[in-house]
Amino acid sequence: MRRNPDQTQQPRRRRAIGTVAAIAAVAALGLSACGSSDPLASSSSAVSSAPADTLVVGSQQYYSNAVIAELYAQSLEGSGFKVDRQFNIGQREVYMGQVSDGKIDVFPEYTGNLLQYLDKKATATDPAEVLTALKAALPSGLSALEPAGATDQDSFNVTAETAQKHGLKEIGDLSKLPQPVKIAGNSELAKRPYGPDGLKSAYGVTAEVQPVEDGGGPLTVKALKDGTVPVSDLYSADPAIATNKFVTLADPKHLVLPQNVVPLVSTKVDDKAKAAIDAVNAKLSTEELVELNRESSVEKKNATDVAKAWLAEQGIVKAG
Amino acid sequence: MTWILNNLPLLWQRLLEHLTLAAPAIVLSLLLAIPLGWIAYRYRLSRWLLVTLTGLLYAIPSLPLFVVLPLILGTGIRDSINVVAALTLYGLALMVRSVSDALAAVPAVVVDAAQAQGFGAWRRFWQVELPLAIPALTAGLRVVTVSTVSLVTVSGVLGLPSLGLLFTDGFQRGIPEEILAGMVLTVVLALVLDALVALLGRALTPWRRAVKA
Amino acid sequence: MNYFSEAWTWLTDPLTWTGADALAARLTEHLLYTLLVIVVSALIAIPLGWWVGHTGRGRNAVVVLSGAARAIPSLGLVTLLALWMGLGLPAPIITLVVLAIPPLLAGAYSGIDAVPREVTDAARAQGMSEWQILMKVEVPLSLGLLMGGVRSAALQVVSTVMLAAYVGAGGLGRPLFLGLKTQDYAMMLGASILTVGLALVLDVVLSGIQRIVRPRGTAAL
Repeated sequence: MRRNPDQTQQPRRRRAIGTVAAIAAVAALGLSACGSSDPLASSSSAVSSAPADTLVVGSQQYYSNAVIAELYAQSLEGSGFKVDRQFNIGQREVYMGQVSDGKIDVFPEYTGNLLQYLDKKATATDPAEVLTALKAALPSGLSALEPAGATDQDSFNVTAETAQKHGLKEIGDLSKLPQPVKIAGNSELAKRPYGPDGLKSAYGVTAEVQPVEDGGGPLTVKALKDGTVPVSDLYSADPAIATNKFVTLADPKHLVLPQNVVPLVSTKVDDKAKAAIDAVNAKLSTEELVELNRESSVEKKNATDVAKAWLAEQGIVKAG
Repeated sequence: MTWILNNLPLLWQRLLEHLTLAAPAIVLSLLLAIPLGWIAYRYRLSRWLLVTLTGLLYAIPSLPLFVVLPLILGTGIRDSINVVAALTLYGLALMVRSVSDALAAVPAVVVDAAQAQGFGAWRRFWQVELPLAIPALTAGLRVVTVSTVSLVTVSGVLGLPSLGLLFTDGFQRGIPEEILAGMVLTVVLALVLDALVALLGRALTPWRRAVKA
Repeated sequence: MNYFSEAWTWLTDPLTWTGADALAARLTEHLLYTLLVIVVSALIAIPLGWWVGHTGRGRNAVVVLSGAARAIPSLGLVTLLALWMGLGLPAPIITLVVLAIPPLLAGAYSGIDAVPREVTDAARAQGMSEWQILMKVEVPLSLGLLMGGVRSAALQVVSTVMLAAYVGAGGLGRPLFLGLKTQDYAMMLGASILTVGLALVLDVVLSGIQRIVRPRGTAAL
């Protein structure tokens, strides 16, 4: 390292000043990032407050949820609303905050998981009870519209071969497999009420989660198909279940809460907007949702096109 | 291939979003590294402190940093300012050292000559030391540019719009073409920006070409 | 700073280390993956770097290729490979090897390249074979720069091993993702702190080795 020769003769005091200046510069860097006056803050914020005549529609970072959000968005546009799309928000904690702050006006949610998020001690198990409990648990300023018939919930699946070989029909039958049973699924399954703890207490099955971060996607499916794991936790509206002839194990004890698609809306959503969303939910059955998911994941169409075709087909929004 | 052809507007949009996250981070890390690097070069103790501190930053994995920064800054987890701040910190880790080394490599004779001609410290820095440090600075900035463009994709895991979203979405829906398109675009963007930085470095140092010719 | 004290509580809780999802196992996995990746990529990159450095052949190709490799986003590569190879170690290990090769290659190549021409010529004049020149002169003189490459590769790998958990492998990414998905910031932050600590320890150890391997009586290259 070559250094300036006069460098070594710096008086001590100047070095000290330099150190102080260095610390100050680092501190200033930290502060400037905090300050709201930072020019970046206003221009690049991920979620903006929309003008009064625009409804903000959000979605989770899950392709099927984005398709549903797109259905709501296009239906609202068909009724004359302007829509700002804020899709792909990963964390419930983040978007829930933004929905209650009025930064997002419409968000497709799932009844059971949302209830468990809002009320960790919730005991409701059937769809109607869950909805009632959910409405009671929602913070002020937020409301849940009429849920769709469609459900998209965690479900435990085995291959047809495994099911036949071991005579598996219900979740409880998993105790016939060597314990602990490895279940591929989202990492959060480990902490969910229907995770290993719930499986043990409700069905006496000792399970172990093999986490995969693809949202019950192709890797979770592949793990089951390849025999890497005997069981996979897939979303019930996943077209891969039918495509691969997987057997979904029955849940007679209602361990997994029903997850009806339900729109979470802010106070900005008026009766006309509600009607536009209700029109979608009235037609959205589980079969329809599986088909929409199939078009998105198997036929690889984008959400906009999938939604447009479906809304036209259902007569909700005219094509063109 | 069909997926790619059917989704060109999406790819373009993600590319632009990627650029709006990467470009400010690259520029900011250069702008902040110049004063910090100068301090590090000028004062020995601060050099040790700054180079060690910024070096430590490099040991922090990007994904946790994207998640932890909002807790420290008080911003939303999806706010793009987190990503820009995190990437700027990584850029600084490399650039502060780069600037300080580049300044140290300026021949003492030249600095002395400038001083003899009556240049003050301020003028000497801007008109002699910094211009002579440009080639080494450019080399550092090129590395920062390439790694920043590549690192932006990690923010896709948090749902921030960039080419990284093509990876998470393609992974969930099982579309390899989508992931591949995202990767190719990331590499191309990195190499294009890298070439731009290299060209800019050359344009700012015309005397180097004069010597060669 | 409340999050940090919670993370500390989580990290220092004996249950975290021994429970069903023991952190000790995750930490061991993380270290093993890192080690495996460094060994595999070193076996590929170091001989190649030495060959290029010694013969001067393929210099441009190496520079261009490692530049492009540096730009490859690890998240993209790991998800793409996982879709194809399925759960488990192959996809993340290959991704990390691709990540580690450029700095290792650069370290191996530039170390040899930095040996002054006069030194190799002197060795040649003394009747050393090319192999002897490489192994007895160039390689010992280049170890400092090579270890620099190893350090930078190890730092990148140890922090990127986090992504292995994204496609179903282990390591400290497990608690990170679990914490992220279940809003358990203490767990997430704790796992991050542990990774940073691991990276720092590794760097200190490697910089110690770097000091030791430098042959006595030679100037630093």
